[in-house]
Amino acid sequence: MDFTASLALIAPEILLSVSGLVLLLAGAWMGDGASRLVSYAAVAVLAVCAFMVAPALCSGAMGPDTVAFGGQFRADAFASFAKLLIYAAGGAALLVAPAFFERHGAMRAEYPVLVLFAVLGMGLMVSAGDLLTLYIGLELNSLSAYVLAAFLRTDERSAEAGLKYFVLGALASGILLFGMSLTYGFTGTTTFEGIRTALSGGLSTGALFGVIFMLAGLAFKIAAVPFHMWTPDVYEGAPTPVTTFFATAPKVAAVGLTMRVAMDAFGKQESAWQQVIIFAALASIVVGALGAIGQVNIKRLLAYSSINNVGFILIGLAAATQAGASAMLVYLSIYVAMSVGGFVAVLMLKDADGEAVEAIADIAGLSRTQPLLALCLAAVMFSLAGIPPLFGFWGKFVVFQAAVQADMIALAAIGIAASVIGAFYYLKIVKIMYFDEPVNKVHGKSDWIHWALLAVSAIFISPLGYLLTRWLGSLADKAAAALLFAA
Amino acid sequence: MEALLLEYLPILIFIGLAAVLGGALIVIPLIVAPSKPDPEKLSAYECGFPAFGDARMKFDVRFYLVAILFIIFDLEVAFLFPWAITLTGLEGGNAVFAFWSMMAFLGVLTVGFIYEWKKGALEWE
Repeated sequence: MDFTASLALIAPEILLSVSGLVLLLAGAWMGDGASRLVSYAAVAVLAVCAFMVAPALCSGAMGPDTVAFGGQFRADAFASFAKLLIYAAGGAALLVAPAFFERHGAMRAEYPVLVLFAVLGMGLMVSAGDLLTLYIGLELNSLSAYVLAAFLRTDERSAEAGLKYFVLGALASGILLFGMSLTYGFTGTTTFEGIRTALSGGLSTGALFGVIFMLAGLAFKIAAVPFHMWTPDVYEGAPTPVTTFFATAPKVAAVGLTMRVAMDAFGKQESAWQQVIIFAALASIVVGALGAIGQVNIKRLLAYSSINNVGFILIGLAAATQAGASAMLVYLSIYVAMSVGGFVAVLMLKDADGEAVEAIADIAGLSRTQPLLALCLAAVMFSLAGIPPLFGFWGKFVVFQAAVQADMIALAAIGIAASVIGAFYYLKIVKIMYFDEPVNKVHGKSDWIHWALLAVSAIFISPLGYLLTRWLGSLADKAAAALLFAA
Repeated sequence: MEALLLEYLPILIFIGLAAVLGGALIVIPLIVAPSKPDPEKLSAYECGFPAFGDARMKFDVRFYLVAILFIIFDLEVAFLFPWAITLTGLEGGNAVFAFWSMMAFLGVLTVGFIYEWKKGALEWE
């Protein structure tokens, strides 16, 4: 494969980097007054990139034609599926940001640029075919994310979130690098294909340590238990648009990356990582469900909810089959819609002065003061709980189906039992909104962009979403086939 | 497994040696060194006088900014040297690719440089 063909395969990434640099300079010249303009330009760039990657997904691209730069980078259907989710989540985070930051007088042109660079890094992560591409993508994403978490730099909680995220993220990167160096030392190569070939005979103790350390580092990035402790603090402290971004795009990217590492690079040695994934999945579901019960801040509650959801996603990986991978992608799509809907609804909870309302007690009786907003939030909560008419149920259903097909009935049974615990706190929010005495705290009006985003996610997770199951399922199947073909 | 562990024997010996030596250097002075504690010995002084101020003072954040900017361009040069040396050894398409890879890297750095200049990071006052 020559360089021209390789460059054509990474065209979306080139567009993202060039437009990121151009927008950075545009922001520097035009000042912070142009932030809104820069944000909308960044959304347009993401839309163009989405159109560039979509054909590879629809045609189910896989095989040698999708490999660029001698195996460093893969632009197959799997990468395209994940990238579309990432672009959508990034676009949502860009659209809701200006109104929020302008209220705090802190909107800067750097915000859209940082989001673009983070999205670029995530695109590299899901397309990685080599440990070094993986690391560069991960770091580009993480470094942008650290700055984004501390974006409201005059706010103490935001600065704390940024610092905590940075220190713990750097530790996780170190653990990941250590695992990568062990893997390289014991297989003699950094490409996923080479690692797979080197391990086809058997797994040496050193390479086993390598894969475990790498999974520990990646578990931090997807906030799976026992590496989840940063999540509630960072999600609560970071500005809400940034939290919307953290809860969606980096999760998709890190889960996609974990799938590539586990099923491609270490795909011949499933027994080495399966137990770790099963433990992380069950622990995440249980800790996410139990931790959320006592929360009084809705952002912290949604943080525990995301830990809980990661557990369900990992069940698909524990199955280690193509059906499992496809189920994970379906779950991720629904999860992104639920998270965007949930956090956009939280952004719209404002008191008369426009200050954010985050305490759960303050949304009591919301159904009487803001019926439409309460309805959407209730739909998100029911969907997160996995209650049947809503689309969240379908995600859980396909994941458990994959686990049962892979003869992991005990895992599926424990997962279902634990999701009942989770239903408690989701339903508690609905009860507070619908049956408690109104406290009349939420008065703020929101612009049409928030309503539009909320409406799109609410319709997607409503029972109408089931019209998409066939289409979504076939796309996820193509992507999962491409993932395993590369393997 | 046995052979694998044997490969790491030098590291074990190294750790052991480090622990023994480090421990010894802490324990021996406790036993043999003369000990006459005096509060004056612990007090801070500047050039023989009692200290005028606190050693912990606020540090202008601009020093960090200059240090970080220095590191970025210092690293750039550290990349340029090995690149310049290996570039002459490459032929045909590889040389062209290597050349433009570095140009792309320098281009990104230049954009960063223009940005920091425009933002006033290089102005001291």
